[in-house]
Amino acid sequence: MTGKIKGTGSYIPVQVWDNDKLSHMMDTSDEWIRGRTGIGQRHIASGEETVSYMAAKAGEAALADAKMKPEEIDLILVSTMSAEIIMPCAACEVQKLLGAVHATCFDLNGACTGFLLALNTAQAYLGGRIYRTALVIGAEALSHLTNWQDRSTCVLFGDGAGAVVLEADPSAVYVQATHSIGNGGGALTCASRNQPGFAEENADLTPTYMQMDGKEVFKFAVSKVPEVIQEVLEQAGKTKEEIRYYMLHQANSRIVSSVAKHMKEPLEKFPMNIENLGNTSSASIPILLDEWKKKERLKAGDWIILSGFGGGLTYGASLLKWLI
Amino acid sequence: MLEKIKEITADSLGADVNTLTAETSFKEDLGADSLDLFEMVMALEEEFEVEIPTEDLENIKTIGDVEAYLQSRQ
Repeated sequence: MTGKIKGTGSYIPVQVWDNDKLSHMMDTSDEWIRGRTGIGQRHIASGEETVSYMAAKAGEAALADAKMKPEEIDLILVSTMSAEIIMPCAACEVQKLLGAVHATCFDLNGACTGFLLALNTAQAYLGGRIYRTALVIGAEALSHLTNWQDRSTCVLFGDGAGAVVLEADPSAVYVQATHSIGNGGGALTCASRNQPGFAEENADLTPTYMQMDGKEVFKFAVSKVPEVIQEVLEQAGKTKEEIRYYMLHQANSRIVSSVAKHMKEPLEKFPMNIENLGNTSSASIPILLDEWKKKERLKAGDWIILSGFGGGLTYGASLLKWLI
Repeated sequence: MLEKIKEITADSLGADVNTLTAETSFKEDLGADSLDLFEMVMALEEEFEVEIPTEDLENIKTIGDVEAYLQSRQ
């Protein structure tokens, strides 16, 4: 048994910071940011827009899209690395906000691959016939982890949440592959502020913001993503020609186009929305799915590959058949 | 070796291979930015089976620099 995606939803924070705004905050420019990342603006959470609030809004929209009631959900998984509250977990907050009283809820941190890992976890529960339905959410307020003094990273990130509803269905198809490279973890780091050294006055908080070795991350993504996509294609006995869309984590448009080039696949098969949203980490794939569904670009029967990659290092790909 | 480097440069940076010389500068003549260089370095690493650390890139500005660097690493 496998789950099919029955509905999608997303929540994008109201506040928009465009590149011009950033160019007044630091030495950067719209041209520089667009040229190297494809990003034109990002949305920044404010006020009541916490990770769990955004997750709940995205989840609510996905349930409405699936025409399901919160009480029908057996499992809520939130993928996040930027929740303001460590305990209770964001998934329990989503349960409370939506009234999904019958669900089991927990969070999962797999950095930018997190949504894919949460989706795989939910599929495993459905496959084991432990649960029948799941609400899987990626929600991030990366602006809290961003060092606004570091112009090489702060221009990249944005906030938001995306969600899918899964329901066990005998006609569903889902094939996944994931890998982790702990040895390469130093390329993307962010320490927790909840530890003794950082509580002291005058403590250097730099390690508690996201830090990135751009070249290593670029090389990692461009070499491993085509590899893991090939792996799921072979596992599923499918060819590249049969795939309608590759929905990649929106880290950088240059990474996406480089992956397309390495795979010798047309860029049109790689949807992108990074221009408007920046890199929203584990929220990017479900937001993109929701956007493409709303634009009616997805048709029942389409074969789609989702691929995430990021901190850990972690990466993976999932092939699924679109059934709604 | 120079011909192979020119080929990789042309492919990675979208340049015409016939216009490239040892003096061609990646940034100045070809308008390459850091991500273009990463892409080119990946292709060079694959072709010549070497690991090129980021620090070493600072001294590599032209096609001739790449040739000298690769020769020093062999």
